[in-house]
Amino acid sequence: MSGFDEIVLDDADETVRVRFVVNGRKVACEVAPRETLVDCLRNALELTGTHAGCEMGACGACLVQLDGRVVHSCLMFAVQADGAKINTIEGLTESGVIADLQAEFHRRNALQCGFCTPGMLVNAHELLSRVAQPSRGEIRDALSGNYCRCTGYEAIVDAIDAVAKARSESGGTT
Amino acid sequence: MDIEETAVKARAFSYFRAATIDQALDAHARAGDDARFIAGGQSLVPALSLRLQAPRLLIDITHIDEMRGVRREGGYLRIGALTRHCEMLSEPLVAEFAPLLHAAAPFVAHPAIRNRGTFGGSVALADPASEFPAMTLALDAEIEIVGPTGRRRVKADDFFLDLFETALQPGELITAIYVPLFKADQRFAFDELARRRGDYAMVGCGIMATCAGDRINDIRISFFSVGNTPTRVKGAEATLIGSSLDAERIAAAQAALEGDLAPPDSDEVPPAMRLHLARVLLGRLLGRLGESA
Repeated sequence: MSGFDEIVLDDADETVRVRFVVNGRKVACEVAPRETLVDCLRNALELTGTHAGCEMGACGACLVQLDGRVVHSCLMFAVQADGAKINTIEGLTESGVIADLQAEFHRRNALQCGFCTPGMLVNAHELLSRVAQPSRGEIRDALSGNYCRCTGYEAIVDAIDAVAKARSESGGTT
Repeated sequence: MDIEETAVKARAFSYFRAATIDQALDAHARAGDDARFIAGGQSLVPALSLRLQAPRLLIDITHIDEMRGVRREGGYLRIGALTRHCEMLSEPLVAEFAPLLHAAAPFVAHPAIRNRGTFGGSVALADPASEFPAMTLALDAEIEIVGPTGRRRVKADDFFLDLFETALQPGELITAIYVPLFKADQRFAFDELARRRGDYAMVGCGIMATCAGDRINDIRISFFSVGNTPTRVKGAEATLIGSSLDAERIAAAQAALEGDLAPPDSDEVPPAMRLHLARVLLGRLLGRLGESA
């Protein structure tokens, strides 16, 4: 990143070039400093699986993995993520690491309109990669920052619980 | 409707990623102090998006090495200001030497916020409903501040001045928080009452006590979500020092809260209800503290 001398304070809407690795691919784009990461992902990179809901960190629809940890992409500016590795729902889907979660959500009707689903899946993926056999209480706690306004949470908790059990029975190899 | 009233996009600003503290302070000064430091940004980004704040310059301090890391230093645990909330759960030194922070961490917001929010940022914001600022009071921690006039350490007791107002002056940064190392004769307790997990607490409390057997030699009790700042309840503390935690002493400490706390008017949690909840919570925590002897 450039030194402070090169920052033009009174031309604040000029764009800066940022680079990330998104879903395993190196990308570069021009962003205004005030552009949030979720807007950059959706608009510049056309990765619209990440949803912009409340845009203030309350609803969890915009969760992505940043350097291996789940974060709200509405609670950071794209410039802050310069140099980071980001996985979105598209990348997690393509790699197959959440295929069992997706199938179980589908099987149990753990989604209706689907708006919250990417955030739910990204969060569930992080939970299950840290805790092999979470209790239902732990699952609910992990999802406490994800809103669902259609199906309620029971089926979502059921689906995550079922995947956790299935993974541990199959030796936790996924 | 006026777009300014409904905006959830920040006003334009310039961005600078500082590599050192000197660079960050210099940038702040050169922006005529019309600048904000950003670390985790979990409170600042919404404030910018809602245009409650609109600085010319955002100075990213997350890449300043000096502000990272947790280590022992003399009789203190030095917790770098950039330590993330999730590290309070995963860092063994915190669990061993600042167990009160380890106990409070799961109550801070939601997992994704904990992955990004920083300890120094939480203390600097001084949200009266936040867990960590109140815990620095219970821990008798010291806050290391650096700014245009140099470096200083401020006791948590002298740091929180009023609603979102602290001893930090414009252009100053928190670099680290020094927590006295947890000792064998100390006990701690933490809990909060919230309507839903991850929500702001209606009342929360952390306690650090130094004991000789059953006798309390020293105790620091700090509440949050009870007023404009995190609040030590010195009347309740005084009723407990020199005695053991029997039912009568606990009741006396609970009664003393009426003099210690003056909860603000609120439709959601009226003052009498908040005071009642504070008494209930203090009773539970002192009971646990007695059992952990």
